[in-house]
Amino acid sequence: MANGPNPAAVVTAIVAKDVRQRLRDGSFLVFGLLLPLGVAFFFNMLLGGDAQQRTGSTYAVVNGDDGTLGENLVDGMLRPLDEDGVLDLVVVDSEDGAREAVEDGDADAAFLIPEDFSRSLDSGEEAVLTVVGDAESPVAAYIAQEIGRAYATEHHRITLTVASAFDTEPDPEAAALLLEEAESARAPLTVAENDGLDTRQLDTATYYSASMAYFFVLFAAMFNVTSIFEERANGTLARMLASPIPRWTILTAKLSSGLLIGLVNMAVLALATTLLFGAEWGHPLGVAALVLTGVLAIVGLTAAVAGFASGSEQAANWLSVLAMLLGAFGGALFPISQLNELAVVSYLTPHRWFLEGLTDLSAGGLSAVLVPCAVLLGLGLVGTAVALLRMGRMVKS
Amino acid sequence: MPVLEVRGVSKRYGKNLVVDDVSFIIEEGETYGLLGPNGAGKSTTIGMIIGILQRDAGTIRIDGAEHSVTNSRTKALIGFAPQEIAVYKDLSARDNLRFFARLYGLSGARARAKADEVLEMVGLSDHAGEAVSTFSGGMARRVNIGLSLLNDPKLLILDEPTVGVDPQSRNSILESVQALTRGGLSVLYTTHYMEEAERLCDRVGIIESGRLRAEGTQRELVAQVGEDDTVLVTLGGPADKALDRLRALDRVSEVSADGTRIRLLTEDARGVLPSVLRTLTEEDMDIRSVEVQEPDLEAVFLRLTGKGLRE
Repeated sequence: MANGPNPAAVVTAIVAKDVRQRLRDGSFLVFGLLLPLGVAFFFNMLLGGDAQQRTGSTYAVVNGDDGTLGENLVDGMLRPLDEDGVLDLVVVDSEDGAREAVEDGDADAAFLIPEDFSRSLDSGEEAVLTVVGDAESPVAAYIAQEIGRAYATEHHRITLTVASAFDTEPDPEAAALLLEEAESARAPLTVAENDGLDTRQLDTATYYSASMAYFFVLFAAMFNVTSIFEERANGTLARMLASPIPRWTILTAKLSSGLLIGLVNMAVLALATTLLFGAEWGHPLGVAALVLTGVLAIVGLTAAVAGFASGSEQAANWLSVLAMLLGAFGGALFPISQLNELAVVSYLTPHRWFLEGLTDLSAGGLSAVLVPCAVLLGLGLVGTAVALLRMGRMVKS
Repeated sequence: MPVLEVRGVSKRYGKNLVVDDVSFIIEEGETYGLLGPNGAGKSTTIGMIIGILQRDAGTIRIDGAEHSVTNSRTKALIGFAPQEIAVYKDLSARDNLRFFARLYGLSGARARAKADEVLEMVGLSDHAGEAVSTFSGGMARRVNIGLSLLNDPKLLILDEPTVGVDPQSRNSILESVQALTRGGLSVLYTTHYMEEAERLCDRVGIIESGRLRAEGTQRELVAQVGEDDTVLVTLGGPADKALDRLRALDRVSEVSADGTRIRLLTEDARGVLPSVLRTLTEEDMDIRSVEVQEPDLEAVFLRLTGKGLRE
């Protein structure tokens, strides 16, 4: 009989056993896949559809254009929406005024039409329409972006139509040249989203897919982390402790299995929501970094809180409350804007950093996730350290 | 060399001394019964022996080597079946065995082979792939015991292994333990069933309030407490008239009557029985039945602890 089994083999054996149990008890399927997919689908159906279904959002517009196209955007597109009750339109005099309106919460989003808007479009150059969104009103900000994009698309289409309508009997070579130019031409109007972190938004499908996946990953990981209480109650922990294995391997395995379950859940959900809902999670490397550090943070916090419980049931109760609090204050259940002054609390939650990381990733490069990943990693390490200290008492003699 | 040597072991929880200077040994192939009422310190003593509890004083040696909670070499020599059925009920018997086999350093094919061997040994090969949650209490008990045999231990610790099982399964378990000891395995056995201790154990230690009050073979323990044999005679009529003559018999320490029934205490029931029967016949008394009760572990236990074993 071999003495002192390989610790890595022991950890692997315990993790494999835990995963097998999670597969058999259905918690992996229910909390890891069905619930997050179901709730994300529900929110997508409820909030991700036609913008005209939402009323009551206020949009500011500042028309600095010295030509007619800016006026066309305001009077031809935004004001009819106002008149139809889809939105409330407020015309302001300056960009600063518009930004201030958004920052103060007087407007949910603002359109900034620059001075050279018409001149740029008339000369075929790029014109920039800026949409400033309120981070605390993600849906309204998203709608504003979509309106801007719709106008940009419309303007592009008209330009091409006019260009081709003049040539009723096109010379084949000239037509091919014109088509090539049209296809390679940059859109004469682009929508610029505000560079500030608070104003960039994920689209609805991505937002709810990611937020629900991350919200439920705590539940999925919870069963593994708290299983040590069940092992203590049913005697299998004593049996493990009586075997010739290092005690630290038990805790390591419990945390590792929670991490593994969480990572698999997130990976499957990212893929599923991409295919089913058209969610755009972002660059795979950035998403992978956020998911890895994000799940580590959740497992660490989960284990830390569980470490103060006296039993499995108490731990589950506490963690359910924690999940709701983190989800609510972290912007996973509803927009942070609804927290008003309490919104600053969201920075204490991994959910806020995870979703902000995804938002940054969608707007910037891979480097944009560095800060969120660092914060999530820190939360994970602190939580794990606390967990090891607290849960370690269960395997001490 | 003893397989288990416990010397002056103590354990304290706060101000409460739950195990107080306990010492005993178990030789190779010997079955040692540790008896005591609930809260006597049995579980704590076992916890220190299997290496999940740190002791405050004393030494424990397994097969001659100093034992501790971190000594994987000595822990690998111990098989432990706890009182509760400590298995994963949602997993199959085979998966349980393979998992714990890996914790004892067996991997891959060796773990699978050992699991199958143990399943055969405990008679569960036909149910190997079934979840333990579907098993009867007796079958689950057998898995519980099987897990303690995965590492081919030198010392097997069985803590109340027959609690909650039907008589057939109990007998099967006892026969298995006897077969294992015949193969040279040493066993530390705790039970609330006195007949199990009398049937299995070569020696018995009685623990109470954390102290080992007495130990030895059953006969030695009886001798230690000086318990008398009892002779019960049932007559066809009143028993009073023969009492004085019976009290006068040699080696009879006490005689009492209850209606038609005489109760007689003696240090040697079988030796004094002919004189008792002769006396009653001479007194022309109608003897209906005679019963001899020699002191058993239950009586010893009661005398030493003032409690029944199942209290």
